[in-house]
Amino acid sequence: MSTAVVTAAATPAATLPRAAVRLRAGEDWLTVCDLDRLVPGRGVAALLPDGRQAAVFLDRAGRLHAVDNRDPFTGAAVLSRGLLGSRAGQPFVASPLLKQRFDLVTGVCLDDETVRLTTYEVRAA
Amino acid sequence: MPTPTTGSAALSHGTVPTIVLVGHGMVGQRFLEALAERGLTATHRVVVLCEEPRPAYDRVHLTSYFSGTTPDELSMTDLEFIEKHGIELHLGDPAGSVDREARTVTARSGLTVAYDTLVLATGSYPFVPPVPGKDADGCFVYRTIEDLLAIEEWAKARATTGAVVGGGLLGLEAAGALKGLGLDAHIVEFAPRLMPVQVDDGGGAALLRTIEQMGLTVHTGAGTQEVLTGDDGAVTGMKLSNGAELAVDLVIFSAGVRPRDQLARDCGLQVGERGGIAVDEQCRTVGDERVFAIGECALAADGRVYGLVAPGYEMAQTAAAAIASDEAAAFTGADLSTKLKLLGVDVASFGDAHGAAEGCLDVVYSDSRAGLYKKLVVGRDGTLLGGILVGDAEAYGTLRALTGSVPPVSPESLVLPAGAAGGGAQLGPSALPDEAIICSCHNVTKGAIRGAVTDHRCVTVPEVKKCTKAGTGCGSCVKVLGQLVEAELEASGIEVDKGLCGCFAQTREELYEIVLALRVTSYRELLDRHGREEARGGDGCEICKPSVANMLATLAPAIGADAHVLDGEQAALQDTNDHFLANLQKNGSYSVVPRIPGGEIAPEKLIVIGEIARDFGLYTKITGGQRIDMFGARVEQLPRIWARLVDAGFESGHAYGKSLRTVKSCVGQTWCRYGVQDSVRMAIDLELRYRGLRSPHKLKSAVSGCARECAEAQSKDFGVIATANGWNLCVGGNGGATPRHADLLAQDLSDAELVRLIDRFLMFYIRTADRLERTSVWLDRIPGGLDHVRDVVVHDSLGICDELERLMAAHVAHYRDEWAAVLADPEKLERFVSFVNAPETPDPMVAFVPERGQIKPDLPLLQIGTRQMEGTATR
Ligand code: SRM
Ligand SMILES: Cc1cc2nc3c(=O)[nH]c(=O)nc-3n(C[C@H](O)[C@H](O)[C@H](O)COP(=O)(O)OP(=O)(O)OC[C@H]3O[C@@H](n4cnc5c(N)ncnc54)[C@H](O)[C@@H]3O)c2cc1C
Ligand code: SF4
Ligand code: FES
Repeated sequence: MSTAVVTAAATPAATLPRAAVRLRAGEDWLTVCDLDRLVPGRGVAALLPDGRQAAVFLDRAGRLHAVDNRDPFTGAAVLSRGLLGSRAGQPFVASPLLKQRFDLVTGVCLDDETVRLTTYEVRAA
Repeated sequence: MPTPTTGSAALSHGTVPTIVLVGHGMVGQRFLEALAERGLTATHRVVVLCEEPRPAYDRVHLTSYFSGTTPDELSMTDLEFIEKHGIELHLGDPAGSVDREARTVTARSGLTVAYDTLVLATGSYPFVPPVPGKDADGCFVYRTIEDLLAIEEWAKARATTGAVVGGGLLGLEAAGALKGLGLDAHIVEFAPRLMPVQVDDGGGAALLRTIEQMGLTVHTGAGTQEVLTGDDGAVTGMKLSNGAELAVDLVIFSAGVRPRDQLARDCGLQVGERGGIAVDEQCRTVGDERVFAIGECALAADGRVYGLVAPGYEMAQTAAAAIASDEAAAFTGADLSTKLKLLGVDVASFGDAHGAAEGCLDVVYSDSRAGLYKKLVVGRDGTLLGGILVGDAEAYGTLRALTGSVPPVSPESLVLPAGAAGGGAQLGPSALPDEAIICSCHNVTKGAIRGAVTDHRCVTVPEVKKCTKAGTGCGSCVKVLGQLVEAELEASGIEVDKGLCGCFAQTREELYEIVLALRVTSYRELLDRHGREEARGGDGCEICKPSVANMLATLAPAIGADAHVLDGEQAALQDTNDHFLANLQKNGSYSVVPRIPGGEIAPEKLIVIGEIARDFGLYTKITGGQRIDMFGARVEQLPRIWARLVDAGFESGHAYGKSLRTVKSCVGQTWCRYGVQDSVRMAIDLELRYRGLRSPHKLKSAVSGCARECAEAQSKDFGVIATANGWNLCVGGNGGATPRHADLLAQDLSDAELVRLIDRFLMFYIRTADRLERTSVWLDRIPGGLDHVRDVVVHDSLGICDELERLMAAHVAHYRDEWAAVLADPEKLERFVSFVNAPETPDPMVAFVPERGQIKPDLPLLQIGTRQMEGTATR
């Protein structure tokens, strides 16, 4: 017997109209996915038209955040796989590789202020 | 160079009392400082008679002159200090006689000074054996800067080979110096071994080897009979008592020192049988309360003459205290610890190095091939009394500091080299000296870490990390760092927050109890109800999320939580690797490790792994855990790879989880001629029983078929070794950065007894350990240690064994393969994509280059990426 592999393409069909997650890429707003694809606290990676990557997060309060997906400390494009947390109400993501934390609003690294991530405007519409 | 102060005429015993110090050596200078500290220089006239042409200097580091330290740099005398305190210092003018009746001292220059208090600090002179030719040109002693200047001049002008008479501490230093001057050097020692005072025969043997390897020639058990001279009266050779003749053109006598007590003898003061000015505990000479003797010239109240500087300093302070009428200070004896400064040789002895105390025992480790010798002298009650270290004196600081107390680990483990079978324990961080390097990545010392807390006011580990950089490299020091910071905070009276993180004030153990007792099944619930006030309603943090996820996974069957680690909310709590049930690699790709229980694998399965790796282009490697790792998988490939693995009967190997990793096995009784039990079967049984069990840190195990221990069970969290009668269970072993040898928990167990004991042990550990605390660290930390754990899990002293067994039974019953479950769940599978908006587009940063017929990550690509990244960040 063979185990079936269900890929993302086979996502169950939507029954309700959904909100879409949109990211500002230059002048345009890029639709990256449906809002309900996001689990609060867990990120996804989105590919931008210019080849850059964004890590998109939904926090517990329902706010969306997007920063560059590349971990500046290692060069790997993995920040979307980091853990989200908050400190004094400020959301941050911890890199899954060497655990540096980045403020999701400003992009500033909380463990080394000289390092900053690009942040992207993101909204649900 | 200071100019001598011209002394005023001898003052009669007038209104200002006079203190006369004879000898301005190391101890004399310390005495002057002690006088100043007590304000006595303000109330007294202080006159110093100094024989040498220069004020006090650091005799202990004399030899560093040959490595470039100048005489001025060796100086210990701050002339401003001398001036400020009005001290009259007469250089190059030794005291010639003392009239105790008249209370005057007369110097060689004729200067006479009346004293109210006389302090003798005349030090020692090098003993030169009365052999013919001892005064020939080219013969030297090794005591003063002037001696060294003369040796250097002679060596440079006309010597190629030198001999040092005396193989003690100073003799070795002198021989090292000769070598440094480019001479061939011989050491002639009368005793049968080198450093006879400090080390014993075993230590001498190890030392000998190292010294010889440095190119020095050693003659032990040989006396010097005669120094041979040539026509010009200069040294040409040396005749030894064993008949040998050495052709040498320079001789240094370093055959011990004798107290310089002549001045005292001449004025009728009492001296010891073998020399030394007899003093009481206040350092007053016996019979004349106006005269004191301190330093190497004194025969202390305990009947000893101390040839080291530290006891001399103590005497200096005692005498100053006595002069200030503070009789509380007393010098009653000191410790003779020493560490050889000779480059390239580690020799240290401390405390009662020769085991003179009654009933004491020796613990000795000796490896003469490696030039290693370590001996500890231990009292009946386990108190560390002293020891000798040759070849590796790393532990000197810690051990010396521990002398007089019972060390926290067995003395055997203190002498064994780290990592040796049966020991090699490192002492806890509190036992370490300040100069100990805690973080080797950034070279941060214990002192610097303590300073971060005390001086820079860091109150958390992250703050200390930021301040010192410690722990920001490989991370292997973080545990010790935490312990140090905690200890330092406690010591400075700052209340230590033992909470798990900024979100929870409870420890991991307390949270575990809450989750179990209140059947809390979600992280949010736990945070909002039991979290710190300020953290409730928030997003938590990267510390508590995986930790709670781990607990929820362990307790899922008992509390009725969603059982899969990627179910619902749990999916958002998982750390790096659990996130995709694979191990994240440096370029963002993943490694895949199927379980191979006990390391046993049939050829068909090997072929499947080979085919999968080939088809997906993965790098393969046999791991240290007896299984196969496939590296370089992209996120979106993971489900397809696992579909094939699951099809072939493989399961998740949990290489990514804080959970059971491998149970290694040796081939055991079935094949091996020595095996006494079926170790492979037991290893497979144990691996299948505990697979998938989430725990505070990873768990490793091994089963060996006999005492030869080919599976290395004693380095595992729980290790099993076959005996003729069953199984021995040992626990708390660890490899890694701080290896720990496992402790025997129980012996000769039946299969059922073994499994039951492991069930209890693991569940007790899971319940009480800290986050990321291996069993080894846990065992050393929990009060009562191994004995307590044995009481709990063997004798059921807490009455919880039933519950522990029940929890384990629930785990075993509810186990299912995590990967098979993911493959069957479209919602979970949906997350295994590279990009949410381009699911099958590979991440361009994950690229590979060939190496040795396989692939490796293209790291330069990542670096280019990093630079671009920085560019965009500043925009
Ligand atoms: C793959 C492997 C090396 C290999 O090529 O052989 C390996 C690889 C890693 N080890 Fe290991 N260890 C591997 C065997 C070992 C062993 C040997 C053994 O298990 O017998 C040890 C020493 C034994 C022990 O753990 O006591 C070992 C001691 C460590 C440590 C130090 C643990 C400690 O208590 O000090 C770490 C760091 C940690 O866990 O905090 C570590 C951490 C790691 C991590 C997980 C580091 C990381 O987070 O990326 C590595 C990633 C694995 C991956 O990506 O697949 N690895 N590691 C081995 C996998 C074994 C397996 O089949 O599961
Ligand atoms: C090469 C070397 C290495 C050493 N290494 C170590 C070590 O590692 N650890 C350790 O603890 N110890 C070591 N020592 C020993 C240490 O130097 C002595 O214990 C220490 O110097 C003793 O101090 P002191 O003041 O009693 O004697 P000294 O430093 O010898 O000072 C006595 C002074 O008194 C002067 N003097 C003598 N008679 C008269 C007089 N009649 N009038 C005026 N002045 C007089 C002398 O010239 C001398 O300057 C070492 C010694 C040497 C030579
Ligand atoms: S531990 Fe004993 S039984 Fe196992 S392989 Fe080694 S010698 Fe053989
Ligand atoms: S030793 Fe401290 S980070 Fe590596």
